[in-house]
Amino acid sequence: MTGVLATVGYYESWWIQLLKALVIFIVIFQLVPVVLLAERKVLGRFQHRYGPNRVGPYGLLQPMADIGKLLFKEQFRPNGAIGWMFALAPAISMFTAVAVLAIVPFSNTVDIFGTQVGLYGIDPSIGILYAFAFGGIAFYGLVLGGWASGGKYAFLGSMRAAAQLISYEISQGLALVGVIMMAGTLSLTEIVGYQEDHLWMIVPQFVGFIVFFVAGFAETNRPPFDLPEADAELVQGYSTEYGGGRFAAFYAAEYLNIIVVSAITTTVFLGGWNIPFWNPPTWIDPIVVIVKTLALVFVFFWVRATLPRLRYDQLMSLGWKVFLPLATVNALVTAILVVVT
Amino acid sequence: MPYDPGPDVIQVVRAPKGGPVRGTYRAFGETLRGLRTTLGRWVEGPHTMQYPEEKTPVYPRFRGRHKLHRFEDTGLEKCVGCSLCAAACPADCIRVVAAENTPENRVSAGERYAAVYEINLSRCIFCGYCEVACPFDAITMGHDYEMSDYNRSDLIFTKEMLLAEPLERTPLRSAGE
Repeated sequence: MTGVLATVGYYESWWIQLLKALVIFIVIFQLVPVVLLAERKVLGRFQHRYGPNRVGPYGLLQPMADIGKLLFKEQFRPNGAIGWMFALAPAISMFTAVAVLAIVPFSNTVDIFGTQVGLYGIDPSIGILYAFAFGGIAFYGLVLGGWASGGKYAFLGSMRAAAQLISYEISQGLALVGVIMMAGTLSLTEIVGYQEDHLWMIVPQFVGFIVFFVAGFAETNRPPFDLPEADAELVQGYSTEYGGGRFAAFYAAEYLNIIVVSAITTTVFLGGWNIPFWNPPTWIDPIVVIVKTLALVFVFFWVRATLPRLRYDQLMSLGWKVFLPLATVNALVTAILVVVT
Repeated sequence: MPYDPGPDVIQVVRAPKGGPVRGTYRAFGETLRGLRTTLGRWVEGPHTMQYPEEKTPVYPRFRGRHKLHRFEDTGLEKCVGCSLCAAACPADCIRVVAAENTPENRVSAGERYAAVYEINLSRCIFCGYCEVACPFDAITMGHDYEMSDYNRSDLIFTKEMLLAEPLERTPLRSAGE
């Protein structure tokens, strides 16, 4: 296939694609309640508490109770809201979060009962750009949601979301340029394949890793970059006017985004399904990816428990004055070294 | 005359200035230090008291719900119905109606006994003046602190309730705890 469409690394028949999409979506979506609960438990531990432990054994049913509560609440809409946009915004958030899942590779092409199956949703040649594209669209969910609510707090939240997007997205992209130059490919499976033979990218591209991961905090609106939400000053920002199932969609999308960003970071910088000095059987590969992802998710919680929210201008100066030069220099030095060696 | 504040001037410690490099290093360094601090809190473990299952222990002098006492040997009530506790009560929550002891119906050790002894715990301020006022140590402040109820009227404790041993004993704090 040529033309405007990107080429795809490996073709499968339609039913395998459908099955893969279902399995990946279901498995990763099941992680959302787990991560939801894990965050509250982990935050509790960081604050000398246990976290939720009353609903079900060890509080395991807490996310179910939360989601159930939200879904049975009234779906209300403020008088000044723009109806269809108001309803569309959470859907965009959810859709983009799920869509990025498609390119996360859980293993290479494997042989399942005589059929060649790539353990990833899709392996397009544009690879990581696909993630950036959807990451950019994801902010439309926030901006539209805040703007269509017709409330001042929500509007301020969406303005902040837009400002935040432009201050981190460039350095996030530049941070990956080094990796792409070293691996010589955009495809995520090939980047992991490169790390199989060489060091994990986190070692030669440590600066890139830091910039990308910190920008990931901004992309997922997590503390210390949760300016669009900013519960203390903006009363939840863009989602102020949302309640019930739509709020649940925003909420689930946020956690799904955390998982996705962690999974992409795992793939690009932490060697995907590779384990150093050991060549495990293929069926372990997806588990390795998920374990590494959850380890990064833990870092998200850890940072949330540690750092206070940055001021608005501090995020700007961090994005433009620190991360952008860092990422540029990193890309430049990598480029020189790649050419020289 | 030039401005001279004299010895009132205090040296102020200001944050170090520094260029972008130093500032960046400081930001990352302090972030890592913060991360170590929070992880240290995790290692310390939770300090939570799992309340309904695990009760907070009280000090021996804790002033909780009142208790009325009997003599251990004879089983007679210590209260003689003198109403000194009701007089001492600043919240006016104690009601005592005294009656004469008779040889057939001997309730207390003294001449009279409390036919009605009610404490309205929704008014009580747990000051312990009743305990101080009582000449026979008949009323003391106990250790129970779980007294919430659904009705105000349920919080009026009668003599029988105050005399009875609590179903569950409130744990007492051990020495040094």
